Amino acid sequence: MSKVIVDARRLLCPMPVIRVQDRAKELAPGTVLEAICTDPGALNDIPAWCRINGHKVLETRSQDDEYIVVVEIGEE
Amino acid sequence: MTKQIKAVALISGGLDSLLAAKVIQEQGVHVEGINFFTGFCVEGHTHAIRKKDKAKPKRNNALWVAEQLGIKLHIIDIVEEYKQVVFNPKHGYGANLNPCLDCKIFMVQKAKEWIAENGFDFIITGEVIGQRPMSQRKDTMPVVSRESGADELLLRPLCAKNLPETKPEREGWVKRDALHDFSGRTRKPQMALAKQFQIEDYAQPAGGCCFLTDAQYSSKLADLWEARGSKQYEMDDIMLLKVGRHMRPRPNFKVIISREEGEGNFLQGYRKQFVSIKTTSHAGPLALVDGEVSSDDLYLAAQLVARYSQGKMAEQVELEITDREGNVEQVAVKPLSPSEIPEEWHL
Repeated sequence: MSKVIVDARRLLCPMPVIRVQDRAKELAPGTVLEAICTDPGALNDIPAWCRINGHKVLETRSQDDEYIVVVEIGEE
Repeated sequence: MTKQIKAVALISGGLDSLLAAKVIQEQGVHVEGINFFTGFCVEGHTHAIRKKDKAKPKRNNALWVAEQLGIKLHIIDIVEEYKQVVFNPKHGYGANLNPCLDCKIFMVQKAKEWIAENGFDFIITGEVIGQRPMSQRKDTMPVVSRESGADELLLRPLCAKNLPETKPEREGWVKRDALHDFSGRTRKPQMALAKQFQIEDYAQPAGGCCFLTDAQYSSKLADLWEARGSKQYEMDDIMLLKVGRHMRPRPNFKVIISREEGEGNFLQGYRKQFVSIKTTSHAGPLALVDGEVSSDDLYLAAQLVARYSQGKMAEQVELEITDREGNVEQVAVKPLSPSEIPEEWHL
């Protein structure tokens, strides 16, 4: 299944969260979204946003100077 | 079946908005949070940029508050719309370029639109009479209600008993008796209420949550407007004002000089938008030049950048100047001495 990529590089929080939030609204439950960020705060903020909005974090990782959060979209 | 009453709370991430939402939640109202991003929000941007801080990323307090309350949080980007509030505040600025009263009116107005679109019944804020000198006074609270269009759909649970009854109280959606009568700048009632709710960890008040209340930041923004001949800014402008040392040697240009590696890395991302200067013979900062410059201007900028490098005491420092297209020119300069850098260059 293909992933939806959200490019949030060079954005500082909360902009990566806003990008993920706005894209998530358009996606069906079960869709996998991968956010690519350069603000390390995204590793905390996107999972926090997922927890309060019913989405599931599948993976968080750092890769060079990028921070990646993989999310499965939950039910509204 | 009784209709579930729903309220949206303006969540800044501070204690007052947390408590206001909690007070209403306790009355059985369904609460969700809304947080507006203006671009000026103090949300750890400096922290995120600086390398030395990266090991301990700062939490987003609004998200954290929402998680403590167990509520959804909607973060809304209002950067573009907010410009008119910053440029032309009807009620003027505070001590710096902070348009606090117009800002509050604007945010409550946006919340009013949001509740209409999302089927919510009323709006909660954590305002307390007398807490803030501009937007939270007894005489300005009705102004916020009236000019935002929220009128009696705006409830301030922490000081509601000091204000006229609102629709949520009159309709019995919330009990007025269970609301509060806080006033003034003291934080003791909030702390006592937090203790009652067993809330021990919360963001400490730090003189506001907006860069526009900061004198140095406002001074840099005022300089930007003066240099451009009009009040205007883009997102990149207001981000860059948070980073580095800003110096204006001549009216037509300023130099943004990184203060440490993280800032240098952040400024790297702007090398296609600005002329950049980097020392090559000595370790030193990355600098951006903002403005239209002559070769003489660039020479002066290079001397200034050299001053903030490891070669500041050297007879000669070599630098490379890169234009927006990526063309590189090598220069060698004598660093400016401290006496050659007037205080007024520092923004």
